[in-house]
Parts: sequence; C-alpha cells; structure tokens
Amino acid sequence: MAKSVLEKIWEDHTLAKRGDEYLLYVDRHLTHEVTSPIAFEGLRARGRRVRRPDLTFALMDHNVPTSDRTLPVRDENSREQMRTLAKNAREFSITVFDYFSPWQGIVHVVGPELGLTVPGITIVCGDSHTSTHGALGALAFGIGTSEGEHVFATQTVWMRRPKQMEVRMEGRFKSHTSAKDAILYVIRELGTGGMIGHAAEFRGEAVKNMSVEERMTICNMAIEGGARTAIVEPDDKVYSYLEGAPYAPSGEDWTEARKYWETLKTDDGARFDKSYKLDVSRLEPQITWGTNPAMCIGVSETVPEPRQFGDSSQRRIVERALEYMGLSPGQRIEGTPIDVVFIGSCTNARLSDLVMVARLVKGRRVAQGVRAMIVPGSMLVKRRAERMGLHRVFIEAGFEWRNSGCSMCIAMNEDRLGPGERGVLTSNRNFENRAGPGSRVHLASPLTAAASALEGKIADPRRYSLAGLDELGLEWVSPWIERNILKPLGGG
Amino acid sequence: MPEPVRRIVGKAAPLEMDDVDTDQIIPAQFLKVLSRKGLGKYLFYRWRFDEDGRPKQGFILDQEEYRDAVILVAGRNFGIGSSRENAVWALMDFGIKCVIASSFGDIFYGNSVKNGLLCIKLDEESVKRLRGMAAKGELTLDIDVESETIKLPGGETMSFRLEPNVKKRLLEGLDEIEETLRGYEAKIREYEAKMRPFKIPSKAVMPIE
Repeated sequence: MAKSVLEKIWEDHTLAKRGDEYLLYVDRHLTHEVTSPIAFEGLRARGRRVRRPDLTFALMDHNVPTSDRTLPVRDENSREQMRTLAKNAREFSITVFDYFSPWQGIVHVVGPELGLTVPGITIVCGDSHTSTHGALGALAFGIGTSEGEHVFATQTVWMRRPKQMEVRMEGRFKSHTSAKDAILYVIRELGTGGMIGHAAEFRGEAVKNMSVEERMTICNMAIEGGARTAIVEPDDKVYSYLEGAPYAPSGEDWTEARKYWETLKTDDGARFDKSYKLDVSRLEPQITWGTNPAMCIGVSETVPEPRQFGDSSQRRIVERALEYMGLSPGQRIEGTPIDVVFIGSCTNARLSDLVMVARLVKGRRVAQGVRAMIVPGSMLVKRRAERMGLHRVFIEAGFEWRNSGCSMCIAMNEDRLGPGERGVLTSNRNFENRAGPGSRVHLASPLTAAASALEGKIADPRRYSLAGLDELGLEWVSPWIERNILKPLGGG
Repeated sequence: MPEPVRRIVGKAAPLEMDDVDTDQIIPAQFLKVLSRKGLGKYLFYRWRFDEDGRPKQGFILDQEEYRDAVILVAGRNFGIGSSRENAVWALMDFGIKCVIASSFGDIFYGNSVKNGLLCIKLDEESVKRLRGMAAKGELTLDIDVESETIKLPGGETMSFRLEPNVKKRLLEGLDEIEETLRGYEAKIREYEAKMRPFKIPSKAVMPIE
C-alpha cells in the first residue's frame, strides 16, 4: 500500500495502540528553560528518573538576554529559570547548552544545526514550533509540560494520529520572494485553524528547490495554520546539511543511515485527507496587517475594510485588529512608519536568512530613528556569519549585531516593543501584546524587514537590488563549515 | 495527577471571540514560574489589567454576574498558538472547569485532557446559541461526562462527543506515566533493544577554543 513519509515514520515508532491513540517511541527529546521546570519537579516528586538521558538535550533560549554575555542576567525570574535548568540537567545527567555555550541558540535552529535532528526519527519538545524539524524529514511534535514529563519518564508519548494534508508548492519564486512569503500566503488562505488536526506535508517543485533552511521556515509556521506538525521528505540537500555535524551519525552509521533515509519517500498514490496547491510564482512579498498570522496581505495591497465583511462577527474581528494595530480601514500597508525591525527567531534567523539581509543592506543605511536588530538563531550561526564577514555589513548599515535567543519574538527578555511601537519582525506570531504590551507587529520575510529598516516604514523589497556574494566579498561558509568552525578563528 | 471529572454543574460565561491564542490566555511574562499553582490571577491578563497592573473594567469574567462562572463558551480555534500548558493551569486555577468551542488548538486540547479541563467541541450553531443564552443572563449548565450530555435550563439537552480515551482519562484521572510503564514497559524495551545506532546521537565533543 502506498504510504506517505509520515506514515512510514509513524509506523516505525508505534509501540502500541489504544483506541485512537498511539504510543510512539521518542528518539529525541529537546527541552528548554521555560516549559521544563514543572516536568522535572514532577519527576522528583515521585522519585522518577529520565529514562534516556542520552536522547535528551536541554538548552536555554526563551528568556536569555541577547546582550553582552559577560554581564549578569538582570531579570531575576529569567535567571532563576536558567539556573533551574542547569541544576535539573546536572541532577538528571542531561547534556545542556547553557547561556555560555558556543552551541547555545534557539532550539529549532540548534537541533538541525548540530545533527540532533536527522531524518526518520521522532522528536518532541515543549514548544509549538517543533514542527520546524520536519524540514529534515523527522516526525516532530510540540508538546505540553505534562507530556514532557511523560517523555522524560517513559521515552514515549501518546499521540492521536493526525490527518494528513498535502500542501503542494509549484512554480519558481520571483526574485525578492521566498519561503516566508509562501507560508504566510498559505496561512492567509487557509486561516489560523485551516490545518487543525492535520499534519502538513510540503511537496512539489518549489519545495524541492528550497534549501533545507527555507523548508524549516515553512514547517516552522505550519503550526500558525493550526497544523499538528509538518514534514518534507528528505533528500540529498538534507544529507549534505547534516554530514559532519557533531551529533549526526558518522562512519558506518552514516552509510547505514543514508540507506534508511532513502526509503523515506512519500509513495506515489499515498492518500491525503486534504490538499492545497499554491503556485509560488504568483506571489509578491507578504506582510501581516493584523493580530494573527492569517491577517496578511501582499505588500502592495491595502488593509481590509470592515464593511467588506457581511458577517457581523467577522466585521468586529477586523475592526478590533485594525484598532489594535493603529491602522485605518483600506489604507495602503506600504509606507506605514515603523519604529523597530527585528531579524531573528526560529522562523528566519539562520545563516541563509542573514545572507539575504546582507545582500540587500550592503552599502545602505538603516533609516534615522529606527532601531534595527539582528539576533542570530544560534551562536554558531553568529560565528559562521562572522567568518563570512556579514557582521561588518550589518554594523556598517546601522544594525545591532546581538547574541542568540528567542528575543523579541516572545519578549521574555529585555528585547521588546514599547506600547504602541510598530515593528516589522521576521518571526512567526503577531498576536496582541506578544512582543510587549501594546506592541504592533508585522510579520514578513527577512528581505521585507531589511527594506523596511532602510526606509523607516513598511517597504517593498523589490525596489532594492541584491548584491551577489562575490560583490559582498563574502565566501560562502558551507553547511557545517567543513568542520572549520572547530578550528580557532583566523586559523582556518 | 488530575482529579476525576464526572459532572460539571455551574454558570457559563460567553467569550465572544474567535482565535483566542494561548498568548492571550496567559502572556509569556507569566511563564517564568516554577510552579503551576496560582496562575489564575494572570488569566487573560492583558484584557483584564492595564500596563501598570491596575484592573480594567468590563472583561466578561470580571463582571459581577459571571464572576463565579465555571464554564467558558468561546468561538472558533480556542487555544491556538504556543504550547504553554500554563494556559490550562491558569484557566483551572481561576475556576474554569470546562471550555465549549467549535474547535480547539491541538496542543491546548491535549494539555487540557492531561489536567482534567473538559473541552467540549460543538458545531458552530450550537456554540453560538449557548453563547447567546449565556450573554443574556444567568445560564446554568449541567454537564455529564459519562453520558456526554449538556442539560440546559428547562430540560433541553445537547449531546457532545469525546474520544473514548479522553473520556476514560477524564473519568478516572489516571497517573498516565504509571499506566504507561505498567502496561508497556516490555514494548518500550523491545524497541530500545533493536534501536538502530544511527538513531542515537553520536557522542559529540565540544570544541575547545
């Protein structure tokens, strides 16, 4: 029988079935400082251990400052959560990438980057954006704290089998549009609940042509369309992304793994419960205008007018969002003055995202009065970018070049928008108050955010030429930096 | 370990909003806690308090007639977004025992079951009707998990569906970890014994710089 890649991995990990729930073995449990303390507390209260510390990895990302790491963490509660994670990791013999680790970063950037995420495994993490890891052909679920405790103790999770939805992306992206624009458009079309109960499999020519990092962007945001998870069948791009990564299989294991991964294809004739198709060549850069990611338009369009909506409750939703966002019905989105630009988050803070930003801002300047910050997805991304010389481009253009963390996306550290401040963010959620009380967030691609930083208002990136890598005088530092990163800076 | 949930009788409050995400249910700043107790005061914080923490007027659950509500009748897509279980803990600590909506965020729904917060899915028309009734004034519902029915004042009943496992979990309030280990330890070991080496992370060595 024809099977999808999800079905193959699902079956490989099914230990038992009970009614409509499956007991799945968890090959990798990633955990961070915010959603884990109560799970560890639960273990302690009942004298339980972490069953497989060798499959469990902890790191600090949600509330770490992105400023100077030699300074003390000012927020007492953040400090306490970080300290608690370090203590729990020690007590339960788990590897932890702490605040000072050169491998610290956002969990959904670090997992794939270090080779903790590989095709064909199951991954869980107490974070909704765990769907990101599906980009490498892993079956990945965001879970709650109680479930996390269950995984700690049993290395398994009870899971209802999601329905399957095929999201097919065909065609070629026009210049200045990217994976972010595609996924924003999908959510705009399907709504925030459009994929509830479903796992999204991204397929088609445009997905095949995407880099692994672009695939992470679409899988990451599938959750904003309500998807339980997302996946892309693995291919050579994934293998070369992982080869040489510190936790990836090596030697004979690598050869054996490769053989297995080759079988993880969605068979012709595999059945999907729902299907959605998008021609990416029709896309213009997308940007959100409202207070959820489905409230999105093309950058050349105008924001909706409540009176367009026949349904009174829809009308009220739009009115409320416009009022919160400080926008007038029917106004053009382009040209709206902004205060902040944030390039970061598990959606768009990988090396390729930073390269795109550099190509646009090279030799240009951030507008007066705009605070523009770049928060690399991990400290390794930061190191790699610095080896390429990207940081000089950013700093010369007037961007802040910070350390890694979730930062303004969730505003649990000091990086936030003030009340009424407007920002273009490359992150994934524009909910009311998410980036700080009263914050007004527009989600967009790294290029749209970069162009907006230059103009001090929401801008169409298509007006800007992109410098080639050679023009930038940059040398591409390829995935896993050919292990060069392990050598001291300047010595490679 | 959650208490068993068999029957919920109490007042319903209307929350006329779709897409209530977990950031609205409890903002991220209140995730910096090390205990699940006492989160009720932060429930719907931004809708109930201003930037200086002073109570705002008018949020439905702060209105006199809804202060003791135990059932929340919402709209579409309740609990979408972040996986934070704090959203469930905050609702429960506030005194909410049941949320009725036409759809729920998947992770929120799962978290609710683990904690014994009853989430009832009804069709949009029924949700709208209940919300309308609750908005007009006192609406007391009598919800029975075993028979999957909601009794309205005046004797009318509505039925809802729970998946068998969800229902069992609610009725029994089990320690799921204990149950998994007792029932499936052999299966887990079997998987672990034949786990192929490439599924296990290599022993990485952190570079010394």
